[in-house]
Amino acid sequence: MLVPSAKARRTREASILALLGVLIVVIFIVSMNTGFMRLSPLDVLHTLLGEGTQQQKLILFDFRLPRIVISLLIGAGFAVSGSILQGLSRNALAEPSTLGINAGAGFAVLIFISFVPATTAAPIFVLPLLALAGAALTATLIYFLSYRRADGLSPTRLILIGIAVGAGIYAFQLILSLRLDPQNYQFVAIWLAGKIWGGDWRFVLALLPWILTLLPFAFYKARVLNVLNLGDETSKGLGLPLERERLLLAAAVALAGACVSVSGGIGFVGLIAPHLARRLVGPRHQIMLPAAALIGALLLLTADTIGRWILQPTEIPTGIVVAIIGAPYFLYLLAKSKA
Amino acid sequence: MVSSTRSTLNPSTAAGDKPVRSRPVAAVTILLLGSAAIVFGLMLSVSLGAADIRLVTVWEAVFRFNPELAQHQVIRELRIPRALAGALVGACFAVAGSIMQGMTRNPLADSGLLGLNAGAGVGLALAFAFAPSLSFMYIMIYCFIGAAVASLLVFGIGSLSHSGLTPLRLTLAGAAVSAMLLAVSQGVAILFHLSQDIAFWMAGGIGGANWTQLKIMFPWVAAALIGSLVLSRSITLLSLGRDVAAGLGQRTRLVQTAGMIIVVILAGAAVSTVGPIAFVGLMIPHITRYLVGVDYRWIIPCSAVLGSILIIFADIAARMINAPYETPIGALIAVIGVPFFIYLASKRKGEL
Repeated sequence: MLVPSAKARRTREASILALLGVLIVVIFIVSMNTGFMRLSPLDVLHTLLGEGTQQQKLILFDFRLPRIVISLLIGAGFAVSGSILQGLSRNALAEPSTLGINAGAGFAVLIFISFVPATTAAPIFVLPLLALAGAALTATLIYFLSYRRADGLSPTRLILIGIAVGAGIYAFQLILSLRLDPQNYQFVAIWLAGKIWGGDWRFVLALLPWILTLLPFAFYKARVLNVLNLGDETSKGLGLPLERERLLLAAAVALAGACVSVSGGIGFVGLIAPHLARRLVGPRHQIMLPAAALIGALLLLTADTIGRWILQPTEIPTGIVVAIIGAPYFLYLLAKSKA
Repeated sequence: MVSSTRSTLNPSTAAGDKPVRSRPVAAVTILLLGSAAIVFGLMLSVSLGAADIRLVTVWEAVFRFNPELAQHQVIRELRIPRALAGALVGACFAVAGSIMQGMTRNPLADSGLLGLNAGAGVGLALAFAFAPSLSFMYIMIYCFIGAAVASLLVFGIGSLSHSGLTPLRLTLAGAAVSAMLLAVSQGVAILFHLSQDIAFWMAGGIGGANWTQLKIMFPWVAAALIGSLVLSRSITLLSLGRDVAAGLGQRTRLVQTAGMIIVVILAGAAVSTVGPIAFVGLMIPHITRYLVGVDYRWIIPCSAVLGSILIIFADIAARMINAPYETPIGALIAVIGVPFFIYLASKRKGEL
């Protein structure tokens, strides 16, 4: 097999990242035009330059842009979270939703909503923290349930127990959500299905700090993930302190938690994005993580746009669109995998 | 004689168990005591509830029915169908689980975990959305179709790969197919503003069961249960492995197809009546195998009895725990089922 030179490889990687960027911009423009009120690209341009009508400004700046930005952020967040989890567990099928982390985060938020009506403004900045606490608790629980002194953290056990814990939490969610009054219930049902409901810059602000600190941290730790890919023994042999592993795990959990607090139960992004990234740019995490982030952002933005467009004026929650696209891809990976 | 030939072969019980023989005595005891427990549970279920009713009154409502009395009406029209539905679907889920575990040699098979319940749910959501006035008969058939599609997807994916249907692969395929089908029914529910109608049903509620549903589902369920008994010997052979079964002259493909049809009917009928209750089909067959050994001619009837008992008493508990509200029985059973699943998953050494 021909090994491409370092330079050729770098050119290829750069052009793939650039292509992803271009695609995001294209979908971005399409997304701004899509929705209950159609705006032509020219209208969008005018409005962006400050020349639109009051109504156009309202739609674009107050409804559509924040939602688009949120899609991009949580897409990137879930994707990087999934990449880290796959790297750490050396299991190609790991992601925040198969490991039950999304369910735990969602449950914490649901408990909060059951006691404090979601319509009040207060919870917005509290939600990521709550979701984080729920995600962390669940992750800890799953970690301890699947850890064995004899053979450590078996990847298959991790996933099976994640699925089981997720199912258990789902049952509790049902008990809790049936007690809600109809208005709160509708909100929770849609939120659990994974709807990006932050038509509001405040949600962007609540989410941004998490993404801005944790994504760079993950990129910074890319080398550690590369080494971990070689296996626990080799990593130890190479002198890697395995405590860093836990810090990365915490970062993955925190990313998933923050994203769930804004988007509800969106699965599969954390699974698909890393796979596509690995396929496009190879397994080196320095380049694979940014690629996964871009793919995740692109995927969610596309799903959100489709959800808004396909059955107008009714919206389909993004999580549903992602699941309907994502599950077949997951099954395809499963059918192909050798393990 | 059948039992002795496979006394050392212990196919689909979890790894680490000692090989067990078939235990006909234990099985017969379960069948006898279990039937008594079912009768007792049914009476208890009928007499307990929002208004406690004395057993004498229950007796009278059944044998000396007086349509003037409100209590007799409640017993006849609400409590009895509810108790019977619980018994019936308990048997359905448990036998469906037994057959799946035996045929696939997969200790983690269950109609809930493998996506069949979610498939039936899609069928039901579509029926609610597009034909709200449909009779229960057709709703049930929609559920059959949904469950069949789901099982084709899961088992199709599982067997596409060359290393075959490992428990891990089957469970993951089930989880993915469940997620996808759940998304489809959520989408349909949100689109047609059915969320609240479907929600309680989704959580598994026996409260809505009525005579019409029972009369429609009973022949299907009875036929499927009898079919499973007819098939039970072949399932025991299959549980030794397909090659062994084929070597012994069994037409494995035919048996598997028949088995899957029975499973689809059982899961579809049960889900259409009470909603997607998971983990019954996971737990009961394990407990039964532990008690009666490896012969599916005993496992299947005993599973049916134990499954009935589980659901009857879980339904009573669901009514008592937080009266006057009902706790969703699906959630209640998950509370027991999840630790059971974790126990099964972590007992395995990692090869899975």
